[in-house]
Amino acid sequence: MVVRESFQLQLEEMKKAVIGISKLTEEALLQSVEALKNQDLDKALEVIENDSRINALEDEINDMAILLIAKQAPVASDLRRVIAAIKISSDMERMADFAVNIAKSTIRIGKQEFVKPLEELPKMAYLAIEMLTAATKAYEEEEVGRAKELADMDDDVDETYGKIIKELLELMAKNPDHLSQINQLLFVCRYIERTADHATNIAEHIIFLVNGKRHGLND
Amino acid sequence: MELTINRQVVEKYQTPSEQLKPVFTVNHLNLWYGQDHALKDLKFDIPEKQVTAIIGPSGCGKSTFIKTLNRMVEMVQGVRISGEIKYREKNIFDPKYRVEELRTLVGMVFQKPNPFPKSIYENIAYGPRIHGIKNKKVLDQVVEKSLRGAAIWDEVKDRLNENAYGLSGGQQQRLCIARCLAIEPDVILMDEPTSALDPVSTLKVEELIQELKKEYSIVIVTHNMQQAARISDCTAFFLNGEVIEYTNTSKLFSHPSDKRTEDYITGRFG
Repeated sequence: MVVRESFQLQLEEMKKAVIGISKLTEEALLQSVEALKNQDLDKALEVIENDSRINALEDEINDMAILLIAKQAPVASDLRRVIAAIKISSDMERMADFAVNIAKSTIRIGKQEFVKPLEELPKMAYLAIEMLTAATKAYEEEEVGRAKELADMDDDVDETYGKIIKELLELMAKNPDHLSQINQLLFVCRYIERTADHATNIAEHIIFLVNGKRHGLND
Repeated sequence: MELTINRQVVEKYQTPSEQLKPVFTVNHLNLWYGQDHALKDLKFDIPEKQVTAIIGPSGCGKSTFIKTLNRMVEMVQGVRISGEIKYREKNIFDPKYRVEELRTLVGMVFQKPNPFPKSIYENIAYGPRIHGIKNKKVLDQVVEKSLRGAAIWDEVKDRLNENAYGLSGGQQQRLCIARCLAIEPDVILMDEPTSALDPVSTLKVEELIQELKKEYSIVIVTHNMQQAARISDCTAFFLNGEVIEYTNTSKLFSHPSDKRTEDYITGRFG
C-alpha cells in the first residue's frame, strides 16, 4: 500500500528531471564533439547557447530537493534518493560545462586544418558519452551492477587519454607553428577525461543510493 | 562534549548493547493478553545512560513492552508473561523481587501530563515524603533539585504553592518529569511524553531528555519518528509484537537492514 502517494509522485518527478538533465548533457557533449570533428562553428555556438537550459534545470532539481527535505522529511532510501539527485545533477551540469569548453576550443581552432586527422580523440569522447548513457540507465533502474561497470570504462578512457597526450606533445615539438591548436586539443582531451570521471562519480552516487554504502570507483 | 563522545561510541557499533553496559537484559520475553500473543520472544539489551527509542505502528506492542519494564502491565487482567527481564542483573519477575522497589528505581512519564491536584511543591514532595523524608529543609532541597533537573525551576520558583493545574501542558509534563526525578530513579520510562504538547514544549522536553541521559537511562516510546531520530541513541522497531530491527539510531534512519523497517520509517505502511 502506498501511503505517501503525493510524496512518491514528487520523488518520481525529481527523478524524471534528473534523467532530463542527463539527456540534455548527453546531447550537448555529442554536439560539441561533432562540432569539433567537423569544425562546425555554428554547432559549437549552439552548444554554448543551450547551456543555460542545463544550468536552469540543475537549479530546478535543487529546489525540488530542498522542498522535499523541508516538507516531507525523507529518511533512509528516500533521503538517499534526494541526495543522489542533488549530486548527480551537479555532476551533469559540470559535464555540460565541459561540452561548452570543447565548443569554445572548437571556435578557437576555427577552420584551421588539423595538424593530424582526429581519430583517437573522438573515440575517447564517444566512450565518455557512452559512460554517461550507462550511468543514466543505471540511475533510471537503480542498478548497482551496471554502475560498477563504469569503472572499467573509465580505465579505458584514462588509457586512451595517456596515449593521446603523449602523441600531442610529440606533435608540439614537430609543429611549432601549430602550438595554439595542439594546446586547444590538449585541453579538449582533459575535458573529456574529466567528463568520464564525473560519469564515474555518478555511478558512485547510484551505489550509495541503492546500498547506503560508499564505494570508490575513481581510485 | 560528553554527548558527542557518547554518540560516537554508539555509532561505532552495530548493536549498541554489545558494547555498552546494559541496564535491562530482555531474554525470550513473551506476553499474552488472554489469547492474544502481544510480545513474541523479545531478546535484547537496553544500554545504560542512553536514550533508547521504541517505534512501530499502533498495536505493535511498544507500550506493552515499556509497561513490562516496571511490571505495570500486570495490572491488566488476563496477562501472562514468560521469559525474563533482568534489571541490573536481577530478574524482575522473580517472586522475591519487590515490585515497589522496581518502580522506585524505574520511573515513568505518561502521554498526558498527570499532575496531582495539589500545589507544585506538593507534587514533587509527595513521593519523597512517602519514602520517609519528613524534614522540611531536605524536602525543600529535593523539590528545587528535581524542578531544576526537569528544567522548570525558573518558571515555577515563585509560585511553588500554586496549584499544578494552573501550569501549561508543557510545564505540567516537565513537572511530572520532576516528580519522577524526586525519588531518584535509575531509569525513566516515557510513553509518548510529548504527543499532547505543542511544538515548543515538545522541543523543551526533547532538550531535557538530552540532559537527563547524562544521569539516567531513558526508554521512550514515540509515534514521532523524527523525534526518535533526533533524540535517541538506539532505536528498536517493533512490528506485531516482534523486534524487527534494533540498532543505533543513525543506522536505522539512514540505512536500515530490514525491508519492513525501511517501509515503516519511509511511510510506505503503518
